[in-house]
Amino acid sequence: MAIKDYIRGRFFPHMWCPGCGHGIVLNSLLRAVEKLGMSKNEIVMVSGIGCSARISGYVDFHSMHTLHGRALAFATGIKMSRPGLNVIVPMGDGDAMAIGGNHFIHAARRNIDITAIVMNNRIYGMTGGQYSPLSGVGVMATTTPYGNIDHEFDIVEMARAAGASFVARTTTYHAKQATDLIRQAIIHEGFSVVEILSQCPVQFGRRNKGGSAAEMMETYKTNTTPIGSKAKKENSDLIERGIFVQKDIPEYCNEYDKIIEQAMKGQ
Amino acid sequence: MSKKNVKFIQGNEVCAEAAIYAGLDFFAGYPITPSTEIAEHLAKRLPQRGGHFIQMEDEISSMCAIIGASLTGSKVMTASSGPGISLKQEAIGYAVMTEVPCVIVNVQRGGPSTGIPTHGSQGDVMQARWGCHGDHSIVVMTASNHQDIFEITVEAFNIAETYRTPVILLFDEIVGHTRERVVIPEPGEIPLVERLRTSVKGGVDYHPYLPREDGRLPMSDFGSVHRYNVTGLFHDMWGFPSTKPEIVYGLLRHLTDKIENRAGQIARYKEYYLEDAERILISYGSSARSALHVVENRRARGECLGLLELQTLWPFPSEVVRRKCLKAEAVVVIEMNMGQIVQEVKKAVEQPEKIFLANRFDGVFITPMDIINILRVIKGKGV
Repeated sequence: MAIKDYIRGRFFPHMWCPGCGHGIVLNSLLRAVEKLGMSKNEIVMVSGIGCSARISGYVDFHSMHTLHGRALAFATGIKMSRPGLNVIVPMGDGDAMAIGGNHFIHAARRNIDITAIVMNNRIYGMTGGQYSPLSGVGVMATTTPYGNIDHEFDIVEMARAAGASFVARTTTYHAKQATDLIRQAIIHEGFSVVEILSQCPVQFGRRNKGGSAAEMMETYKTNTTPIGSKAKKENSDLIERGIFVQKDIPEYCNEYDKIIEQAMKGQ
Repeated sequence: MSKKNVKFIQGNEVCAEAAIYAGLDFFAGYPITPSTEIAEHLAKRLPQRGGHFIQMEDEISSMCAIIGASLTGSKVMTASSGPGISLKQEAIGYAVMTEVPCVIVNVQRGGPSTGIPTHGSQGDVMQARWGCHGDHSIVVMTASNHQDIFEITVEAFNIAETYRTPVILLFDEIVGHTRERVVIPEPGEIPLVERLRTSVKGGVDYHPYLPREDGRLPMSDFGSVHRYNVTGLFHDMWGFPSTKPEIVYGLLRHLTDKIENRAGQIARYKEYYLEDAERILISYGSSARSALHVVENRRARGECLGLLELQTLWPFPSEVVRRKCLKAEAVVVIEMNMGQIVQEVKKAVEQPEKIFLANRFDGVFITPMDIINILRVIKGKGV
């Protein structure tokens, strides 16, 4: 199926700003789905609120645009009642790590077979550039007029510690790697997290000397490196890309099927 | 009636059994007094019939999970009490906006805040009606004894499916924790409403949010041939976000009219000795038990006292109340709060000055004596 057949033309033009990284993530996601040859009827996309969340409207899957931070909770209900469906949850950094942080760690702990794609642009874009839990110390935002003193989360470490069985990271500069990681995350049986660093030139770049969209992407090229590379050993400030966790542990819906079997036997 | 159908159980367990009878497929919840037994009972019972139970990480996610599950075609429910219901409010509004059938049980305890978790109250009547931001309508039902809890719970599922709306079951600690006899009906004894699904074939444009002439909207399960968008934003007939004034106006009108214009059809109530009643008691939920006791006791002495027991609280059955109270000299509303339904009764009747309130809000079950004292005051006698 052609990539454009996965898109709802009626919903376009999209609402993202020029230079936004989220369109690249959408592109990578659709290519991953195309490579997997999945039927559109088998996919449910559930999103929360924010720029990233608007992806769910643009794709021709079963789609649900829910409440800020709660997408994984809605997704859990869908997945558990219809385990045969592939459930994909695009999230922003505020959506996933601030208001939705609790749902994120518990979905990871259960290891329910949902794919979370966290588009990390380190800012609340839709509301006009407030600092997020991923902004980091020193970042300028509309709510940090004197500079940010909040420490940031590391999404990969958070997902790993909470029990996610597939954890990966890449950037919008590395679009092909993003496609590959999303593809692997979708076929992985268990809770999978793909963090994609995604530029927000309008709300983040502008206030933090990030430069244009192209320059911000260029930075993703220079400040990231494959996991365990020689470059990382020489420069610990580099951000690693690749698959951090990939393990085969019991998946929640499969385990619940066993509960049903056991309960029915007792009847 | 087979002997195994007769049970002596808690009201909370009756509610859980009735939900199963109604076809419950999916329950998500979080522990909270005094509703926890509903979750405990369903954790055991649901998987026995292939259903799914999950204890979520909080009250918010429980509400969200049932909405997600409902969209796949499941009949769904969650249960909680005051503080938990406060947390669920945003998602209840989402279910209203997206027209997702679901049942929410509130086994009331005293509030505000943590309040008095182990004691009864009826303080959430207005929260049930208005507990979410924005104009909206919702259905709220209650019952005073176990047989009625069973029937009203099944009815709640039927109404949720018929009107594509959240339905709140507003029970309280007293009926929830009372043990009494209940007869579980045979399958088929109470009719069940199944979800109206679209007959539009795959490949043909399906409009998930275009009401039919009768106001109903046939659904399509997530996973079937129609892929559509569900959003909490104001949306058009495809479920696509819109800020057009005519779309915003039209949707809000539809969401409220589909409930308010059917108040008569949704109204459930019971009446005792109303035909010749000179004085009428109006009550609901557990406090109606004391009211009924007073009425039967006074009737035995020849007094013309009657009881109107409301089972649908919202949309408020104004027409029923107005009609039944036309000839009464005095009407006493009995409730365990500072006076919530009494205000609605005053709005509904033609002579609000004849409406009185007998209430308690100290965490103690209202007694027949509390009601009798008010009746004496109305008659001009001392307490």
